Amino acid sequence: MAVRHEKDGAPGHVLTTLESLIAWGRKYSLYPFTFATACCGIEVMGAFGTHYDLSRFGAEVVRFSPRQADVLLVAGTINYKMAPVLKRIYDQMLEPKWVISMGACACSGGFYNNYTVLQGIDKIMPVDVYIPGCPPNPEGIIDAVVRIQKIIETGAPRAADRWPIK
Amino acid sequence: MSIVLDRLRDRFPADVVSTHSNFGDDTALVRRERIVEILAFLRDDPELLFDFAMDLTGVDYLGEEPRFEVVYHLYSLEKKRRVRIKVRLHEDDPVIDTAVPVWPGINWYEREAWDMYGIVFRGHPNLKRILMYEAFEGHPLRKDYPKAKRQPTIGPEE
Repeated sequence: MAVRHEKDGAPGHVLTTLESLIAWGRKYSLYPFTFATACCGIEVMGAFGTHYDLSRFGAEVVRFSPRQADVLLVAGTINYKMAPVLKRIYDQMLEPKWVISMGACACSGGFYNNYTVLQGIDKIMPVDVYIPGCPPNPEGIIDAVVRIQKIIETGAPRAADRWPIK
Repeated sequence: MSIVLDRLRDRFPADVVSTHSNFGDDTALVRRERIVEILAFLRDDPELLFDFAMDLTGVDYLGEEPRFEVVYHLYSLEKKRRVRIKVRLHEDDPVIDTAVPVWPGINWYEREAWDMYGIVFRGHPNLKRILMYEAFEGHPLRKDYPKAKRQPTIGPEE
């Protein structure tokens, strides 16, 4: 995007493409859906709270309806019985959509190597950004949102575009 | 000696295998054939009145014979007494009569024991898994359940 200024400093006209204009609007109006099932959810609350204030990055409005959200933030342990619920929520979200997998449990099952825990949500859905940690700091969530914004801004392929992984 | 175990032995001399009161916990190992009669007696006898089935669980003694054990923990709100009833079950026939007619609240405990250990409660009104889902394979608290076994992921129901 290029902005040409007049000599008195007032913007005269803007040159851009439609794609980058839409991407510019999208990246600053991410509506997250938080799917918090464990201690990672507490860190999510911290990230949205006043101290870390995730709304500085444009991901302010948390939507608890998947129809109105475009970032799925999976924070916590997902077991086999919960997996179909999470998959249905993902399916209900409208395109384009992105997925953040937060914490060791959502990324890989964490230390729950047992009969009941799904060994990573990427077994059932594409994941764009992984946040390591047990649980991660709120800075990690902010970094993940910024990385989602980078994906939108650069038009990089989403994880959903290469799903399912062969 | 304990009044509870004495009454139980007097009433069912052939079915009580052994008893002990270690650490003050009255415990009786009984045969499975008349388990419903024994439990109903414990509930109804005016000296005992075990009206509260606090817990039912299974135990897997892998390598022993009989392999499985069902444990009932009973409490009498009237007499303020506790008793533990144990029944051993063979691996090739892990079946015992249901105690739901005696205490309706024991329904979910029996479902849990079926889910986790594969113990069948004959006559149970709704014997299906309670914690795991229907597509789950195996019984996870059995000692020979493979630790790294992965379960089928099920999709959303249509």
